[in-house]
Amino acid sequence: MSAQFMQYLLTGLTVGAIYALVALGFSIIFNASHVINFAQGEFVMIGGMATVSLTAAGLPYLLAIPLAIAAAALIGLALEKFAVEPARGASVVTLIIITIGASIFLRGLAMVVWDKRFHAAKPFTGDTPIAIAGATILPQSLWVLGVTLAIVLALSWFFGRTLLGKAMLATSHNRLAAQLVGINVRLVLFLSFGLSAALGAVAGILIAPITTTSYDVGVMLGLKGFAAAILGGLGSGVGAVVGGLVLGIVETMSAGYLSSAYKDAIAFVIILVVLFFLPSGLFGRRGGERV
Amino acid sequence: MLARLASPRTGGLLAFAAAIALLPLVLSNKYFYDIAILVGLNAIVCVGLNLLIGYAGQISLGHAGFFGLGAYGSAILASRFGWPPLAAMLATTAAVAALAFLVGRPILRLKGNYLAMATLGLGIIIFMVITTEDKYTGGPDGIAVVPFSLGGYVLQGERIWYWVVGALLLLAVWLALNLIESPAGRALRALHSSEVGAEVVGINAAEQKVMVFVISAVFAAFAGSLAAHYSGFITPSKVAFLHSIELVTMVVFGGMASIFGAVVGAAVLTTLPQLLAVFEDYEMMVFGAVMMGTMIFLPRGVVPSLARWLARWRT
Repeated sequence: MSAQFMQYLLTGLTVGAIYALVALGFSIIFNASHVINFAQGEFVMIGGMATVSLTAAGLPYLLAIPLAIAAAALIGLALEKFAVEPARGASVVTLIIITIGASIFLRGLAMVVWDKRFHAAKPFTGDTPIAIAGATILPQSLWVLGVTLAIVLALSWFFGRTLLGKAMLATSHNRLAAQLVGINVRLVLFLSFGLSAALGAVAGILIAPITTTSYDVGVMLGLKGFAAAILGGLGSGVGAVVGGLVLGIVETMSAGYLSSAYKDAIAFVIILVVLFFLPSGLFGRRGGERV
Repeated sequence: MLARLASPRTGGLLAFAAAIALLPLVLSNKYFYDIAILVGLNAIVCVGLNLLIGYAGQISLGHAGFFGLGAYGSAILASRFGWPPLAAMLATTAAVAALAFLVGRPILRLKGNYLAMATLGLGIIIFMVITTEDKYTGGPDGIAVVPFSLGGYVLQGERIWYWVVGALLLLAVWLALNLIESPAGRALRALHSSEVGAEVVGINAAEQKVMVFVISAVFAAFAGSLAAHYSGFITPSKVAFLHSIELVTMVVFGGMASIFGAVVGAAVLTTLPQLLAVFEDYEMMVFGAVMMGTMIFLPRGVVPSLARWLARWRT
C-alpha cells in the first residue's frame, strides 16, 4: 500500500466518521417519525460555533463541550415541540419545507448571535502529526475516530439493551403496535430530536479544529450526511455508519486521484449511481407496497 | 354558461388575464415593474413544478438546476458564441428537455425521500459544474447576457418585458389548465393517489411521470432563459440548492394541485424578501420563521385553504 493511498484512506475515514454521525442523526429522527430533518446540519454548526465561542470566553473544553451539546439538544427538542409536532400528519413535502425553514431560521440566528467569519477551534490535544505506515494523522483525527467508535458502541447498547432504546426501536417498526403495548410514542419522537441534535453537535465539535467552522457549515455537512443516510438505506443504523465511511473515503480518494475541483459533487454522483441500481440504498428495507 | 364561467379553465383564465392587464395601473415605477416581472418568471417555473409536485405527487428539490441550465445555455450560446437569442433559447430548452427525459426514467423510479435525495443531488451536480467550469460560465462571478433581440428588434425596458412575461405566463397557465383536464392529467392524479392502482387500470405510470417531469423542466429552463436575457446577468445563486427550495416553497405555499395557487405562491414569496429587507440582519430568521409558520398553520397552502373557507361560508 503506497503512503499516498494510506494518507487518503486516513483522511477519508476521518471525514467519513463525521458524515456517519450526521447520518445517524437523520436515521434516528426518520425512524421515530418518518421525517427527514433538513435542519440536522445546523446542529453540527451550533455544536462547533458554540464550542468556539465558549472557549473564546475563557471556558475550558471540559466545560464548553457539554454546554454546547446541551444547547444543541435543547434546540432540537424545541424544534420538535414547536415545529414538527404541530404539523403531525402533514405530507412529506410539507415536512421537508418546515425543517428547511427551521434550518434557514437557525442559520439566520447564528449569523445574528455570532458573525459571518470563519472560526478556528483549538485541537483537543496538540497538533503534532503522528506517523502511521508512511502517512501522517493529526491527533484530532484520532479523536474523531475514537469518539465516533465510542458513540456507535454506546448507541448499539442503548438500542439493544435499554428499555427506552427498545421503545424507540419498536416505534420505528410499527408506531401503532408500539402505542398498543404502552409505549409513549410522542415522548419517543420528542427525545429522538434531542438525541439527534446532540449527535450532530458532537460531529460539529470534533471537526471544528480540522476544518474551521462558520455560520453556514451546516448546509454542506447536512446534505452530505443525508446522502450518507440514503446511501446506507434510510433508518438503518449500520447503513448510516457504512454509508458515511464509504462516502468519506470515496470522496477523498477521488479528490486526490481525479479532480479536487469536483470534491463536493462526488458524494452526489455516487448517490445517484447507487440509487439507480439499488432504489432503497445498501441496507434499506425492501418489500412490496400496500395498495 | 354561468357554470363554464366559474370553471378555472374559462372564468379563472379570463379573470387572470384581466388581472395581468390591470396590474400596470398600480405599478407606479420601474422598481414595481421589476418585481412584477420576477414574479411572472418564477410563476412560470412554479406552474410547471406544480404539475409535477401537486398533481403527479413527485417531489423535486433540484428544479433550480433546470432553471440554471436554461439561463446559462442561453447566456453562453447567445453571448459567447453569438447565436441569435431565439435560436439559443430554443436549442437550450430542447437540450434540457432531452436531459430531463434521459435522467427522468431512473430517477422517477424512486419514491418519497429517495426521490428528494436524487433530485437534490442532480441539482447540486448542475450547480457545481456551472461554478467550476468558469471558462464558459464565468464561475462564481457569473456571466453577462446580451439583451433579447429578434430580427433587429431589441427587447429592452421593464414595460415591454412586463407584457411579454405576462403573456407567456398566461400561455403557461392555459397549457397547464388544459393538461390537467386532459386524459393525461387525470392519469397523473390517479397515480398520485395510488401508483399501483393507476397501473392496474392501465396507466403507464413510468411514462406519465417522465412526461410531466420533462414538461416541468422545460417550463423551468424556458423561464431561466427569459430571466437571463431580462436581467442581463446571471450568477450561480440562481442555480443553488436554496433556489430549488424557494421554488418548491412557492408551490406548496400557494397550494399543491392548484395552478393559480402556484402563481399566488410565486407572487408572495418573490415579494416577501423585498419587504423583509427592512429587517436587515434578521431577514434570514424572519424568512425561515415565515416558511415554518405557513406550513404549520396552512399545510394545504393559501389558495386551497381560502377556497375551502369560501365554500363553507357560502353554504
